[in-house]
Amino acid sequence: MASIVLKRLATAIPSLIGVIFVSFLLTRVLPGDTASYFAGPAATPQAIAEVRKQLGLDKSLPEQFARYVADLAHGDLGNSLTTGRPVVAEIANRLPASGELTLLGLLIALTIAVPLGILAAIREGLWIDHVCRVIVTTGVSLPVFFTGLLLVYVFYFQLGWSPAPLGRLDVFYSAPPQVTGFYVVDSLIARDFETFRAAFAQLILPAATLAIFSLAPLARITRGSMLAVMGSDFVRTARASGLTPKTVILTYAFRNAMLPVVTTLGMVFSFLLGANVLVEKVFAWPGIGSYAVEALLASDYAPVQGFVLAMAVLYVALNLMIDLLYGVIDPRVRLEA
Amino acid sequence: MLDVVHQPLLDIRDLTVEFATRRGTVTAVRNIDISANKGETLGIVGESGSGKSVTSFAVMRILDRAGRIAGGSVTFSGIDLRAASDRDMGDMRGREISMIFQNPRAALNPIRKVGYQIEDVLLRHVQAVPANVKEKAIDILKQVRIARPEERYHAYPFELSGGMCQRIVIAIALACRPQLLIADEPTTGLDVTTQKAVMELVVELTHKRGMSTVLITHDLGLAAAYCDRVVVMRKGEVVETAPSDIIFNSPAHAYTRKLMRATPRPGATLRDLLDEERPARKPTSVQADGRPLLKITDLVKEYARQGVTKSMAQLFGRKASAVDEQPFRAVDGISFEIMRGQSVGLVGESGCGKSTTSMMAMRLLDPTSGSIVLDGEDIGAIPARKFAKLPARKRIQMVFQDPTDSLNPRFTAMRAIADPILRLGGISGRDALRARCEELAQLVGLPRHLLDRFPHQLSGGQKARVGIARAIALHPELVILDEPTAALDVSVQAIVLNLLDELKARFGMSYLFVSHDLHVVRLLCDHVIVMKSGRIVEQGSAEQVLEAPQDEYTRELIAAIPHPPV
Amino acid sequence: MTAFDTTVIEAAASPATGLSATLKHARHVVTGNPITGFSFTLFILLLVCALFGPYLVPYDPLATNTVVALKPPSLHHLMGTDQLGRDLLSRVVVATRLDMEVAIFSVALVFVLGGISGIAAGYFGGWTDRLVGRLSDTIMAFPLFVLAMGIVAALGNTVTNIIIATAIINYPLYVRIARAEANVRRNAGFVQAARLSGNGEFRILLMQILPNILPIMMVQMSLTMGYAILNAAGLSFIGLGVRPPTPEWGIMVAEGAAFIVSGEWWIALFPGLALMLAVFCFNMLGDGLRDIVDPQRRT
Repeated sequence: MASIVLKRLATAIPSLIGVIFVSFLLTRVLPGDTASYFAGPAATPQAIAEVRKQLGLDKSLPEQFARYVADLAHGDLGNSLTTGRPVVAEIANRLPASGELTLLGLLIALTIAVPLGILAAIREGLWIDHVCRVIVTTGVSLPVFFTGLLLVYVFYFQLGWSPAPLGRLDVFYSAPPQVTGFYVVDSLIARDFETFRAAFAQLILPAATLAIFSLAPLARITRGSMLAVMGSDFVRTARASGLTPKTVILTYAFRNAMLPVVTTLGMVFSFLLGANVLVEKVFAWPGIGSYAVEALLASDYAPVQGFVLAMAVLYVALNLMIDLLYGVIDPRVRLEA
Repeated sequence: MLDVVHQPLLDIRDLTVEFATRRGTVTAVRNIDISANKGETLGIVGESGSGKSVTSFAVMRILDRAGRIAGGSVTFSGIDLRAASDRDMGDMRGREISMIFQNPRAALNPIRKVGYQIEDVLLRHVQAVPANVKEKAIDILKQVRIARPEERYHAYPFELSGGMCQRIVIAIALACRPQLLIADEPTTGLDVTTQKAVMELVVELTHKRGMSTVLITHDLGLAAAYCDRVVVMRKGEVVETAPSDIIFNSPAHAYTRKLMRATPRPGATLRDLLDEERPARKPTSVQADGRPLLKITDLVKEYARQGVTKSMAQLFGRKASAVDEQPFRAVDGISFEIMRGQSVGLVGESGCGKSTTSMMAMRLLDPTSGSIVLDGEDIGAIPARKFAKLPARKRIQMVFQDPTDSLNPRFTAMRAIADPILRLGGISGRDALRARCEELAQLVGLPRHLLDRFPHQLSGGQKARVGIARAIALHPELVILDEPTAALDVSVQAIVLNLLDELKARFGMSYLFVSHDLHVVRLLCDHVIVMKSGRIVEQGSAEQVLEAPQDEYTRELIAAIPHPPV
Repeated sequence: MTAFDTTVIEAAASPATGLSATLKHARHVVTGNPITGFSFTLFILLLVCALFGPYLVPYDPLATNTVVALKPPSLHHLMGTDQLGRDLLSRVVVATRLDMEVAIFSVALVFVLGGISGIAAGYFGGWTDRLVGRLSDTIMAFPLFVLAMGIVAALGNTVTNIIIATAIINYPLYVRIARAEANVRRNAGFVQAARLSGNGEFRILLMQILPNILPIMMVQMSLTMGYAILNAAGLSFIGLGVRPPTPEWGIMVAEGAAFIVSGEWWIALFPGLALMLAVFCFNMLGDGLRDIVDPQRRT
């Protein structure tokens, strides 16, 4: 088992190298003078020269790359122009907000999409199948930011059920003591149910937006995969052996059908991490997405680059976990290597 | 009172099965009567489209969504299967009636241990309790002759061979001791020696338990060897039902006679396979030229083993084993000759290297070492990539096994046949090309109006003719045929084989006929080469190899082929 | 799984004769399925708006008129007006051109680049395959929208760079499809037969492989158009690429977002709906295209 984990880790390394290299390239491709961009619009020529020396832009490209990697190894992603603080610290600070949102959104999506897809497949042609297909077709066409705005309009403006989309907590409440960084979890740990309700109320709409967004591809792949598996030879054998419908669907069909779904999770995560940025803007959510967007519009480049790199590293780690999960389900991958 | 003993176990009366397709309702099976008695083995034979599989699916009520039983009755042991509830059917399947299918590896759950799959059936039909189910499962594995059953219990299907997978499928089917086993083409795709082993296992187990078996197959030899009574189906209808010896020796119906005639068997000639009366043709004589057309010497093809295994092993500090080091030899030093006008058969089971050999002789694949000499010219030395443009390319052509795969789906039949002529035949100009293609179509018996059709609009036999027309378009001297009739119905096969023989005589071509079907090889070939594991184990004239084989393996191979009574 | 092979029936059909048969089949598909018909109509509508939009609209999309600012939909302004009094209908229609341009150019670009490298990688294998695979994997290692943000940040905030960024992030998908199709066919029977007929490798690639891959790539192109529009709109929503007062659906939704909380729903809704309809149209069209070009379905 350990050897399999090691093997998978080994395949992640070239990805990491590629990511670091591309990130480095992006830092150097800035139009015009990189140093003046990092120094800011109000910098004096002297300050720009300082920044140039600091960034090592006066050295050769391979040397610059070496410095870049060395800095990364020390956890140095540069400093933000607008706040002056290290980018790494700010990203670490804001990560839990994004994490809470994405995880809850994905959880909701999975809980709805997978059963929906399965039911649609085994009741092919019936009403639930049509419902599933309509959801999938509209879901993939909806821009995620549009969904968010619609939800705000309906649930905040019209129905008044949700609080104003102004961030993670209403001004009246203060954040619970930090354990995980997730407000809903931390407030429960601290047994502060008022704060829990407030945090959850703020969280639910953006999480629902992300859920609706990821629902469509997940339901589609679950339905498609389940349909394909239900038509396969080994399911035919299971039925011909008289196994109960429940056994056929759960033990024989479902587990095999989940394999493509797990593979697709990687792609879904890619979309989710991107959609995160848009949802954070709609709901003024103080996560790393909005951090990057704010920095981008202020021509503050270090946070943007740090953001891209951090997200890529996170994504590589997620893909690794998905690979391992796949290996757990599918013995062919485990044993054939 | 009706004597219960004479009641058939399975009684199908006036059954009609329909399918809803995009083009409306299609009747797959129409008003058929079939019955199987207790303890007997009933064969249902027919060509593709005969409805034999559909019948069995209808009995088991596992037709897919588009299909339904439109009329008639199916009675099993007195129980009306059409009226039975889903739950009752679920109880009966696996416990009273079982079914096994072709393609055994696909029939097993790929991510579940085979032992567990057997257990699932035992537990479902209450033939075991969780405490003793594993023991019973291992016992069943022993009964189907799986070696090291305790170990194999934990195996996954991908770790087992095709033959072993079929044994597991049989184990699952027979685990609960049903009264009736339906076997739908259980040996298709398996090697002939494995086929024999599997059939013998089925016969042993079913006879021991007094079970009835329904064997569905297109292989008449198989039906003759193992069935007591035979039902012949054609286009959804039952054409004839009779005991085995009557069907094979004195069939009543014209279609049955045609099928029998078309089946390759010892003692029959090519002509005998056809149903029309044709004047006997002089047998083709081997040109006594002396010089071989194709001479293969010490041909070797090696493939490097997966480098990953070795390097990974080293990564973890283990020494790579000897097996990891050596490359895999698909062809391990073979030598043979093909004379002008001669027809040589290359036979062997899957993995013996015959296809690799034919690919190298075709110059589509480069040999690792050894020589390939065509009429004095060393063509083995020329890399495959360059060979396509040389004039020598015209002299060797090929007829492929899968007629569908070997035709470009976007080319009409005419365009496919015209391709070699355009590239190497020196004819251009639409009219001249068209004339030549029509000439070729006529030679192979392809109606002219079919030339403008696409492959998906042609039948299997028609596609095969297109492939043959394309192969002979340049009047090659040597044609390599890689299982050209394997995918065809037996009646179509008879016609195509005769066509191939006629063309050979007419143009004086030599054939290298690669096949696993020894009966077909016997009919078409003068000279036979038997391969195993990349080596030639025996070669000689067709009579000598097939009637008086010297090698043990050849004998085994011949003994394994089921054939109808001569 | 079915024991019954419907292709045996369908093989006995009348012969197809090139273009006229294709068009006939196309018409059959478009009229047969109502959704395909609907999306085809929608596609025509989008084309008309993109090509002739500026000439058809009642108001100048850039003309401000603060007197009628923030008016809900009415007879004068069918989609209402925005915070600067500009007619929303005019802006939505004129915006079609920009979004379509971005989508078409980026899809065309990635089709050529991804298609060529994918086919080469799948057909020739070896170093080509390894190189293309590396490149593809490196791009895929990033969450795609995030990468697009990074590329636009690095190259500069212009519409051209949005096109380039969108093309880059779709590259791995096209490579994967092209490569898989070329690989499957590389040693197919008819390709071997073509070699036997004296065709060289490049000729085979051009005449045999490409025509078989093209339909599948075309279907993918349609689907990618939808995704490209969403991507471009998303980038505009966060302020990349398009600058006000240029009308573009994404940026219009962003402008309207501020007013949702105060109940002026029309400013964000109509551009958002337009986005949704455009993407829906291309997705459905892709499915319909698949039915037309797949030779198995032809009669």
